[in-house]
Amino acid sequence: MMRQRRVAVVGMGSTAFRSVTPDLSYRELTHEAAVKAYHDAGVEPKQIDGFVSCAEDFLEGYSIADEYIPDQLGAVLKPVQTVPGDAIQGMGTALMMIMTGQFDIVAVQAMSKASNMLTLNEMVNFAMDPIMNRMFPEIYHFVAALEMNRYLHETGVTKEQCAKVVVKNRMNALKNPGAGHGAELSVQTVLDSPVVSSPLNQLDISEHSDGAVVMVLAAEDVLPSLSGDPVWIEGIGWSSEAVSLESRDWSGSVSTGLAAKMAFKQAEIKPSDVDVAEINDEYSFKELVHMESLGLCVPGEAVSLLEAGETEVDGIMPINPSGGALGVGHLFECSGAHKVAEICTQLRGQAGTRQVKDPHVGIAQSWRGVPTTTSAVVILAN
Amino acid sequence: MKKRRVAVIGAGITKFVRRAQETGKELSFEAVRMALDSCDMRMQDIDSVTMGTAPDAFDGVHMKGEYLSDGAGGFGKPYMRNFVGGGTGVFAPIHGWFHVASGMFDTCMVVTSEKMSSCYPHPQAAFITIFDHTTEQPLFPTLIWIFAMEMNRYMNTYGITKEEIAQVSVQNKKNAIDHPSAQLGKEITVDDVLNSPVMAWPVNRLDVSPASDGAAAMILASEDVAYRYTDKPVWLDGVGFNLDTAYWATRDLYYPRYVEKAARMAYDMAGIKEPDREIEIAEPYDPFSYKMLHHMEGLQLAPRGKAAEMVTSGATARDGDRPMCPSGGALGVGNPIAATGLMKVIEIFLQLRGEAGKRQVPGDPRCGLAQAWGDLMQVGTVVVMRR
Repeated sequence: MMRQRRVAVVGMGSTAFRSVTPDLSYRELTHEAAVKAYHDAGVEPKQIDGFVSCAEDFLEGYSIADEYIPDQLGAVLKPVQTVPGDAIQGMGTALMMIMTGQFDIVAVQAMSKASNMLTLNEMVNFAMDPIMNRMFPEIYHFVAALEMNRYLHETGVTKEQCAKVVVKNRMNALKNPGAGHGAELSVQTVLDSPVVSSPLNQLDISEHSDGAVVMVLAAEDVLPSLSGDPVWIEGIGWSSEAVSLESRDWSGSVSTGLAAKMAFKQAEIKPSDVDVAEINDEYSFKELVHMESLGLCVPGEAVSLLEAGETEVDGIMPINPSGGALGVGHLFECSGAHKVAEICTQLRGQAGTRQVKDPHVGIAQSWRGVPTTTSAVVILAN
Repeated sequence: MKKRRVAVIGAGITKFVRRAQETGKELSFEAVRMALDSCDMRMQDIDSVTMGTAPDAFDGVHMKGEYLSDGAGGFGKPYMRNFVGGGTGVFAPIHGWFHVASGMFDTCMVVTSEKMSSCYPHPQAAFITIFDHTTEQPLFPTLIWIFAMEMNRYMNTYGITKEEIAQVSVQNKKNAIDHPSAQLGKEITVDDVLNSPVMAWPVNRLDVSPASDGAAAMILASEDVAYRYTDKPVWLDGVGFNLDTAYWATRDLYYPRYVEKAARMAYDMAGIKEPDREIEIAEPYDPFSYKMLHHMEGLQLAPRGKAAEMVTSGATARDGDRPMCPSGGALGVGNPIAATGLMKVIEIFLQLRGEAGKRQVPGDPRCGLAQAWGDLMQVGTVVVMRR
């Protein structure tokens, strides 16, 4: 890649993540995150050259969710656009905008108001191919259950071992004041929870949360005019594999591998240089799949790192110190934004009791959830 | 810092029809195939893909960008969807411009696809879900209803008549006769427009573009790569986009200030000081007949309130002084939302290359503009192109 201009995250703001927020509209959630992010970066909204919002129509409950973005972001009569994708894809757009030289400061926004979604199962069914795949009456988690079955079959990993991801992440979340689903669980509790779609139990699946995140990105040459503590974007990648259920690779996450390859190539570092990772754990086994697809460990080794305690906050490869989706809550398009915000917090050394010791390089990864095969990866450094 | 120049090197448009037999994926595939063939490229030569497509409610497919990804050539590639409502068609090449101008990619396939006919019996029904759930949806508004308000305000502000506005439909539907993708090319008269059924006064049926299915695709490349595939690149020299407040009822609707801001951004980038002289040919967005006039004014291509006079004098005809919508526009070629905008960009591409066939405007134009508009009368997207 021709690297024209270095770009940093200079400000971030996020709300707390809660299972219900009856007192706040989605516009108020975004406003809170935006005010915090602009304050953190030391910018006025009028200094920001462009805005990227990450939203999917059905999840927002609107067609053209783009319409309801500008007011609460301070973005009226500004270049504003929507990326219907994960916030790390939105960050990719913002990064490209700044690298063109046409924009100096760009804000990225994403939010989840999952508690307003009354028909999520039906909506996700509407994401299936209307001709080939939409006849399934099952709950949508069946797609993840098929993937899990394949992963367990190929690697010999057991359900007990997957349950340990849940125990770790929900325990991490107890130390995160923003997390909505912190808990002290035993492996047996996870295994005893009701089966949703075998082999997935209720506690293997992350619960939803409401919340919003806003990030401010800026070019290196304008940093002196801002007060934010910069975290550098060293590499970013995104990729999509097969969308139809029939033709995809069920065992690993091919798109995560492709996205990681792109990001590591730009960053000119190796996966072994990563000190802390926030990766998709919407389902317990996905954390293990994604560790391997990102190259953070050799295939088959993720579970041994987990069992040795090396993926805990004080291990050699801390994974999801925030609590991840299992502990914080699943945030839909905002998932990647939350993960980036956590990595920035860790790299700034502001993570309090869940602080990883002296990290220099962090990685955040997202997957867009069932039934997609789209992933995005960003590598950050302080 | 020096900006990286981005070229358009190939393009393809499917036929626009009321109800296509093909799925959205297949329409996307067809447009991508045509674009690749137009410049002898293969999908392996493409580094990245961006997809522009309007509301999921039309197709009834959640995460429609994901659904369309393999048809659009996104398999195993960096693929992202962009979306600014009705402005998406011209925003898609802007998003593609980010991909290439940033230096992140050397080539980008820009795809736009729309399948409105899945929404039965008419896609207009899906538009109820674009309005505010608390303040607007209880009134059961439609798009025609709010655009009638805007048209009325525009007519009243400047004393423009329905007859003058009807000329836009006459011109564009006539231009569309020569477009191979056109759905509604026809010779009609001003009286035909005025005598067509009133949808919501002052909007008559022939003032409105149709609902359509269709797709369009365009290939962008960096300067060094462009010349490997073509000796006639057309440059994306200026891009602009701008979004106004969601609370449209608080705005004066007579003038689209967001279009002006988007245009000024694109003009600054392209170094254009006098748009009414330097822009030789334009494709302003014309989903309704008055919108072409409204947008010509926002784009600074006509003085405020004077765009209608340019149509009356014949200046906006293909052989006029300032041709507008030589393709036939949304009124004539059809309006598969996102694909319409890209169709307009592709028209400027073809006109500047001198490859527009029977639609070719005389005078060997060197600089053109395409524009789209959308959301709640709220967003403007503009590209300025030169050869």
